[in-house]
Amino acid sequence: MSARQTELELVQVTKRYGTTVAVDAISHRFQPSSYACLLGPSGCGKSSTLRMIAGHESVSEGAILISKRDVSTRPPARRGTAMMFQNYALFPHLSVADNVAFSLRMKGVDKSQRMTAAGEMLELVDLAHLSDRLPDQLSGGQQQRVALARALITRPQVLLLDEPLSALDPFLRIRMRTELKRLQRELGITFVHVTHGQDEALALADEIVVMNNAGIEQAGSARSVFERPDTAFVARFLGSHNVVQLDGEVFALRADALTLCAPGAGHLEANITNVEYQGTHVSVTTRTYDNQEISVLLSDRDFFAHSANPGEPVGLSWAQETLHRLQG
Amino acid sequence: MGLSARNQGSLKSWAMLSPLVIVMVVFLILPIAMIVTVSFWQATEWSIIPAFVFENYAFLFGSPVTYKVFVNTFKYALITWACTLLIGFSVAYFLAFHVRSMRWQITLFLLCTIPFWTSNIIRMISWIPFLGRNGIANSVLMSWGVIDAPLDWLLFSDFAVILAFVHLYTLFMVVPIFNTMMRIEPSLIEAARDGGANGLQILWHVIIPLTKPGIMIGTIFVLTLVMGDFITVRFMSGSQSANVGRLISNDIALLQYPSAAATAVVLLGTVLLMISILLRFVDIRKEL
Repeated sequence: MSARQTELELVQVTKRYGTTVAVDAISHRFQPSSYACLLGPSGCGKSSTLRMIAGHESVSEGAILISKRDVSTRPPARRGTAMMFQNYALFPHLSVADNVAFSLRMKGVDKSQRMTAAGEMLELVDLAHLSDRLPDQLSGGQQQRVALARALITRPQVLLLDEPLSALDPFLRIRMRTELKRLQRELGITFVHVTHGQDEALALADEIVVMNNAGIEQAGSARSVFERPDTAFVARFLGSHNVVQLDGEVFALRADALTLCAPGAGHLEANITNVEYQGTHVSVTTRTYDNQEISVLLSDRDFFAHSANPGEPVGLSWAQETLHRLQG
Repeated sequence: MGLSARNQGSLKSWAMLSPLVIVMVVFLILPIAMIVTVSFWQATEWSIIPAFVFENYAFLFGSPVTYKVFVNTFKYALITWACTLLIGFSVAYFLAFHVRSMRWQITLFLLCTIPFWTSNIIRMISWIPFLGRNGIANSVLMSWGVIDAPLDWLLFSDFAVILAFVHLYTLFMVVPIFNTMMRIEPSLIEAARDGGANGLQILWHVIIPLTKPGIMIGTIFVLTLVMGDFITVRFMSGSQSANVGRLISNDIALLQYPSAAATAVVLLGTVLLMISILLRFVDIRKEL
């Protein structure tokens, strides 16, 4: 499959349910052929946004452009999108191959042809040997790959994934994550992946769109969003950041940029409230004298070089350039 | 020690099972055993003699009336089944997929059950003034100029019998079908639409296959009810048609219990055979 340069763009897209606004006039242009993650807490409007792109939810106002054409009034199958549902939504009465070939059957493709196509798709997700099974007889990870094959057989320009990894156990989740990324690279199409897990978003996304309260809080490459969060919300939601107030201004300060030193020798004075051993790292939670909670992430070697215990006073220090000023 | 503990355990489980076992034995097994036994007895016009003879069955299978009546019973069952399935599926589909709010679903569903607040017989009889020669249906049709003379096949006919059956038993089709439809995940419909299916294709390729167990349960209800009925046929056909149930009730009226029992055994066998064939097609276990 050749890489097509497909552009997905949202223009002032709004979704209202009665008087509640689920998505409030968001505009965003996704990078062509990239892996994008819509990241946010539950109820932030990310799922509604995805479902509007897919066509399973009507757009109250605004336009959805795919390759410069407004698709917001087209039926789901005529948009060039395909959706992978959160619970996979496999047809329980159809075999794996029939599930994958469903859309071809709807188009009236004849049986031998659609079985060949389904076989190729199942090859792509490494499930060709299970094509006669029913969905019930598959593990969660296998079901997910069937759902993926079923979505991809329509040759979509944009693949929409609604919390695709949330039903899997943590171990499998990391494996499927790699697989999704590999598929996106090989197919060269745009993936839009909705998640509330920041680690998932950071690991997968070329582009992260952080959403909150029905709007886009910040969008950019994974690295730029992580290193330069615009707001306190983004810094907190991505984790590994402290939001610190210094001289009336708010800064983001990465937990791993802080070090512990003797009381009086650092920038801030604090008491240790908790020490959590995490294997390669140790997370030390402290409370400053002006009552801000700040966590410090130390490598286990640094921590055990001079151990610190809950209740002890300690100084917090950092390099001045690691302070990142936040908006308002 | 361990053995006695296990015995005690099994004794306890039997004790816990006993209420159900007693109910089933007294109200199901015993009556059927009784009917089967009596079906082999001898009877004359004035006496019933315990025996083990096959003359009741011989008479039953030797009489052309039996076959005619069985054919008639199957006819009623088949037509009623087709009508209730069509209406029941449509009503259930409307309730499950077009009525979005739970409150309206419940309200409309309860509305469907209102006729059941009166007895079967009353519901049947209420058709008589409607369908009669000078009934509402005929006078309305005549006043509209659709017909010149009253239709006489409206009442006391096969039409009336099937109409009453459909009226009485459609809900038995609606309930199980609605129940299975409610279990179809909305995301499956969306997935089908995502795959390019139109409304009719979704109905044919997704909803109907997934509703099969409900259809099957409704079918079993309707078939057994219609096959075993005798009062509807008697009232609505004006005693002009017969089904197996009426054959049995006539025998009972004449105190020919052995003959009635034999007919009942054959009917029971027929219905069980039909159900076992139906169950071969669909696995209803996960619905129960």
